[in-house]
Amino acid sequence: MPPIISVKSLRKQYDSGFEALKSVSLDIVRGEVFALLGPNGAGKTTLISTICGLVRPTAGEIFVGGHNAITDFRAARQMIGLVPQEMPTAPFEKVIDTVAFSRGLFGLPSKPALIEEILKDLTLWDKRDNPIMSLSGGMKRRLLVAKALAHEPAVLFLDEPTAGVDVELRHDMWRLVGQLKDRGVTIILTTHYIEEAEEMADRVGVINKGEIILVEEKAELMRKLGRKELTLVLSEQLGEIPGSLAGYGLELSEDGFTLTYGYDTRAERTGITHLLTDLAAAGIRFNDLNTTQSSLEDIFVDLVKRQA
Amino acid sequence: MNFGAIKAIYLFEMARTKRTIMQSIISPVLSTTLYFVVFGAAIGSRITEVDGVSYGAFIVPGLIMLSLMTQSLSNAAFGIYFPRFTGTIFEVLSAPVSFFEVTIAYVGAAATKSILVGLIIFVTALFFVPIEVRHPFWMVTFFLLTAITFSLLGFIIGIWADNFEKLQFFPLLVVTPLAFLGGSFYSITMLPEFWQKVTLLNPVVYLISGFRWSFYGQADVSLGLSLFMTCLFLVASLAIIHWIFRTGYKLKA
Repeated sequence: MPPIISVKSLRKQYDSGFEALKSVSLDIVRGEVFALLGPNGAGKTTLISTICGLVRPTAGEIFVGGHNAITDFRAARQMIGLVPQEMPTAPFEKVIDTVAFSRGLFGLPSKPALIEEILKDLTLWDKRDNPIMSLSGGMKRRLLVAKALAHEPAVLFLDEPTAGVDVELRHDMWRLVGQLKDRGVTIILTTHYIEEAEEMADRVGVINKGEIILVEEKAELMRKLGRKELTLVLSEQLGEIPGSLAGYGLELSEDGFTLTYGYDTRAERTGITHLLTDLAAAGIRFNDLNTTQSSLEDIFVDLVKRQA
Repeated sequence: MNFGAIKAIYLFEMARTKRTIMQSIISPVLSTTLYFVVFGAAIGSRITEVDGVSYGAFIVPGLIMLSLMTQSLSNAAFGIYFPRFTGTIFEVLSAPVSFFEVTIAYVGAAATKSILVGLIIFVTALFFVPIEVRHPFWMVTFFLLTAITFSLLGFIIGIWADNFEKLQFFPLLVVTPLAFLGGSFYSITMLPEFWQKVTLLNPVVYLISGFRWSFYGQADVSLGLSLFMTCLFLVASLAIIHWIFRTGYKLKA
């Protein structure tokens, strides 16, 4: 199946000379939830804004559902809904009017039943006749989601959907993403909360300094995440790993005082008990032991640091 | 063409007018009535006639033009500036709407509003003074061309301005003085010769002169020149807007 969004060698240099995107290429699979992870200023918002038509690309191409986002912008944008990071709203408008307006902008005939359904889904129906300025922050964010959904987009961009919201709203947002995914909507969200990517995403992309440095299935990342290392500090120097321990894939440090054993915490058997028994049988004694886990955070920090 | 979007923006803007009816419609009518009272009744009673027209009737075209210009300018400027200010413009820019359609919608709404204000002032004036319109076709032509041209100018200002001060600069500090000095309340033939020449540098003179000619058949400058200048403004505004479209000036990074 062709990707629903295809970004090819996209570059963006602002007038100030700042290069926000350096040749970014990325394919988004139809129906997936894709989390774009990166520190502040990495280029997440620039990437989204360029795909949505808010920022003009310096070079490169963007296709949405096979439509070129510049030359065939109408067809491309028709498929996209955008929930921006800030919460820009017209303070004096009524909730229901502003959602209907969003639909109108896409040239679609009004569909009150759909607007009602969206507002009910987002628990804004009771507030439909209130002016926007009377809404709380959480409601405003839900309103922006409602506006973005008013034209029934195939792709929804959520730029930092849970930045600065309380725990309850964050979980609401996660649930909503799940519902939309079930309806077949492709979702691209940016975040710097790794927890969020873990919770919602099918795939994770890491962007830093305008470059995509990693795109991976979340399951694959979690497998890496599930790896733990057991480090044993030996009492006596060991020349080489005895044959009886060959099956464990142990690593011996150069000075011969540290043995490292990697295992999967989610495997049925970690093999630790056997290893310790076999170590005792081989007469290897140790002073200390510790275990470390590589988290997505570590992978992320490691990647970002390596690039710097 | 995305007619649905044009309609949505246009109706959205008109709804704003309805909500702010005091500011949009009533306040220009009130200020115009005050002009009538001050210039027409109080001062005008001492000036009997200007070129065979009673002073009260003479100022009517100038008053309508003054309101038409300032209203078009500030309506259109505010209409596009406010969504830029609040950030809601993102929605229009990411919708399948071309710049051309955006301009039609915003400028159309602003022009509609100022045309309404102009008509209301015209009707209000009928209560105060006898008015004749000798050349209705030209009157409507000047009326519409001015409303559209100044709405286009306002649209440009609304995109150019990055604060409220800049937004107010042109309507208050440029167009209002030019309109007052451009013969809204007097015929430029009343001025000393030197100032008559200086006044001809004021572009607004040509608009008011042409409009007044369509009422009473008398003008400070020739009809052809008035028409030419009005069209020149229109073309200049369209050229600037075309450039904004091409470059995305202040709208798209």
